[in-house]
Amino acid sequence: MTLPLISMRQITKRFPGVIANNKINLELYPGEIHALLGENGSGKSTLMSILTGLYKPTEGCIMVGGEEVKFASPADAIASGIGMVHQHFKLIESFTVAENIVLSQSKGGFLLKPEQIIADIESLGEKYGLQVDPRAYVWQLGVGEKQRVEILRMLYHRSRVLILDEPTAVLTPQETRELFVNLRKMADDGCAVVFISHKLNEVEELADRVTVLRGGCVTGSAAKEDMRRDKLVQMMIGREVLNTYEKNCEHCGEVVLQLEQVSALNDMNTVGLNNVRLAVRAGEIYGIAGVSGNGQRELAEVLAGLRPAMGGKIFFYGQDLTNKKPKEMIEAGISYVPEDRLGMGLVPNLDSVNNVILKEYDGKFSKGWRIRREAAIAATKRIVEDFDVKLGSIFQPVKMMSGGNLQKLLLGREIAAKPKLMIVLYPVRGLDIGAIEAVHKLLLQLKEEQTAIILVSEELEEIAKLADRVGVMFAGQILGEFPVSEMDTEKIGALMAGITEAGGAGV
Amino acid sequence: MNETLLISILAASITAGTPILFAALGELISERAGVTNLGVDGMMLVGACAGFIAAQQTGSLLSGVGMALLAGSLMALIHAFLTVTLRANQVVSGLALTLFGTGLSGYLGLDYVGQQATVVFSKLAVPGLSEIPVLGPVLFRQDLLVYCSYILVAAVAFYLYRTRAGLFMRALGENPAAVDAVGVNVFGLRYLYVIMGGALAGLGGAYLSLAYAPCWLENMTAGRGWIAVALVIFALWDPWRALLGSYLFGGIDALGFHLQVIGLPVSVFILNMLPYIFTIVVLILVLARKGGRLAAPQALGQPYDREER
Repeated sequence: MTLPLISMRQITKRFPGVIANNKINLELYPGEIHALLGENGSGKSTLMSILTGLYKPTEGCIMVGGEEVKFASPADAIASGIGMVHQHFKLIESFTVAENIVLSQSKGGFLLKPEQIIADIESLGEKYGLQVDPRAYVWQLGVGEKQRVEILRMLYHRSRVLILDEPTAVLTPQETRELFVNLRKMADDGCAVVFISHKLNEVEELADRVTVLRGGCVTGSAAKEDMRRDKLVQMMIGREVLNTYEKNCEHCGEVVLQLEQVSALNDMNTVGLNNVRLAVRAGEIYGIAGVSGNGQRELAEVLAGLRPAMGGKIFFYGQDLTNKKPKEMIEAGISYVPEDRLGMGLVPNLDSVNNVILKEYDGKFSKGWRIRREAAIAATKRIVEDFDVKLGSIFQPVKMMSGGNLQKLLLGREIAAKPKLMIVLYPVRGLDIGAIEAVHKLLLQLKEEQTAIILVSEELEEIAKLADRVGVMFAGQILGEFPVSEMDTEKIGALMAGITEAGGAGV
Repeated sequence: MNETLLISILAASITAGTPILFAALGELISERAGVTNLGVDGMMLVGACAGFIAAQQTGSLLSGVGMALLAGSLMALIHAFLTVTLRANQVVSGLALTLFGTGLSGYLGLDYVGQQATVVFSKLAVPGLSEIPVLGPVLFRQDLLVYCSYILVAAVAFYLYRTRAGLFMRALGENPAAVDAVGVNVFGLRYLYVIMGGALAGLGGAYLSLAYAPCWLENMTAGRGWIAVALVIFALWDPWRALLGSYLFGGIDALGFHLQVIGLPVSVFILNMLPYIFTIVVLILVLARKGGRLAAPQALGQPYDREER
């Protein structure tokens, strides 16, 4: 048995209020492609940030080649032969490929020897099939080429441990195949490759070994021959029996929202939503489960008027609202609570009062062209009180508040507007238990008030607890839909992996 | 126009362009490292004044130049502290420093206004080189500081494009996080380059008061610091183009003096507008050609904050 190149032992990382990694053990062997599988927020990124020297572990140790190391900075990790390609490339657009590659090494001679560097890069590129012109400027390159530059950069610095964070997310199928061939070559050369993903088919295709994370813990590990798709999904979404509550939807009212064959493009101009149909009734919570990135955000944005529907119809109380402007959607009574609270939801540098005004600048907080500040202050105070938002002052920039309180303020603002339909994306992501409880209570209270709610979540427990019905999204489609009482992890796991009862894997 | 007149206008262009060149090189260094310095004009004035006083007091040109470098550096240190450490708005800090420098130099130089410099940088012909027809008298019958500026341009260009440290300097202005990621001190380096930039602005000022004028007058830069700022954009952040631009703008300056001799019916006000008009034209041309991509360092003007990822 060969010795592991890296072994991470009992790694624990605590952030205030959250345990991001809990006693994780991970061993990386030369010649092996190791997949790290898990949902967003499962702790994959934190673990890799520890390995690349960005974070210091709270407990536990890292051994490189059998010796314990302490990384003070990413530079130390690079020096130990650990390299990483991030999801968002860290290249300088106005520099050439060669300059970018040299840049990631602080030590070296005073003078640059461009010809030497270019020759080195070219020979590396040939060896591993990573074709790219070292003299080209990065802004001239396509996404796939940029990724090759990032990989070359690791190889140039003689990294023995190559970490790739969701490398296929930006690639075409053709480029993905090439990448897999190249990664295999690097592993055959004695490198340890770490492949972070949440795409099961890719993990099956490429990895020699897979480790699955969930909620900061390792939930399972399997060698290639033992990998089974349904088992991996179980590990990803959790084994525990779901507590499903019998929901009574007898007092659910009329149909509020109806989607008919709605399709839309995603940010990369490929199909993001594929003929989605669903209906939500007043006082009903409709949960959308699924691995994130399968069209959930696109769905929400189409409903908020932020993304044009390429086909299909959106009916709201029977009225056609397809491709209306965001403002018209808001006026109709649709409220959208986005996943990034501080990006799209609130303005970080404005205080609570101004953030509350934001969505009703020409509604109840204005008189002609003037803002009615007293009314806004009063409304803000009411939200802070009713929704138990803890803050220093309502006149402080909201970026100083904690995630839970931000979410309460945001939800409070939306609820105060008395929406008829609310779309909530990952409302409890990054929150501690107390805040999660509070947010859930708010949503249930809203349901009592006969608001229709679409809840997008990656936590099945959350959906089981709150939703009346659940739809599973995969590749832009709703693959299955059933009452929450009939939901079990087996069934839902299969759908999340794209396996339908009709047999075989979906697209 | 005869040859003698042409040579004398060209030589005067270089003399007039040299203070702009020093200041522009300083601005270029600072901006390449990601910090806009709009305090150049103020730093030039303080440098001109401090250099002049030191030279008058000691009778030594070396101490004059040294004091100008020091004065510019100190001004830039304030700028670096405000913009790098405190992450203040670079435009506001720069403007404040220009106004401050204007006032400070006026106050310090009160007793020296109108005095002629007792020691000046006089013209020194370079043996051999100055005999080359046309180019010789234009380029090599200048003073010592002009020769220094030639070397400086070459040195800055070499440093920027050929050395590892220069690569990191450019990266500072493009993506400081990438520099930080390999364990290089972003804050320390930005301080260094901002201070170097200020020192060069001070030197540009000293050239005015110890070689070009040579005397001290209140507000004697007459906006040359602003020309230097515009020139860096005009030169698209390249030292050699900054050299050409300085001489072009210096030439416009020199032409003003010779207008009557040549008999060109152009108002001197129009001439003074030209540097800025050229800069606007270059901006338009570059933006149109590259589809909106300016060669400006991407992180220019943004304070670096490690926590903000």
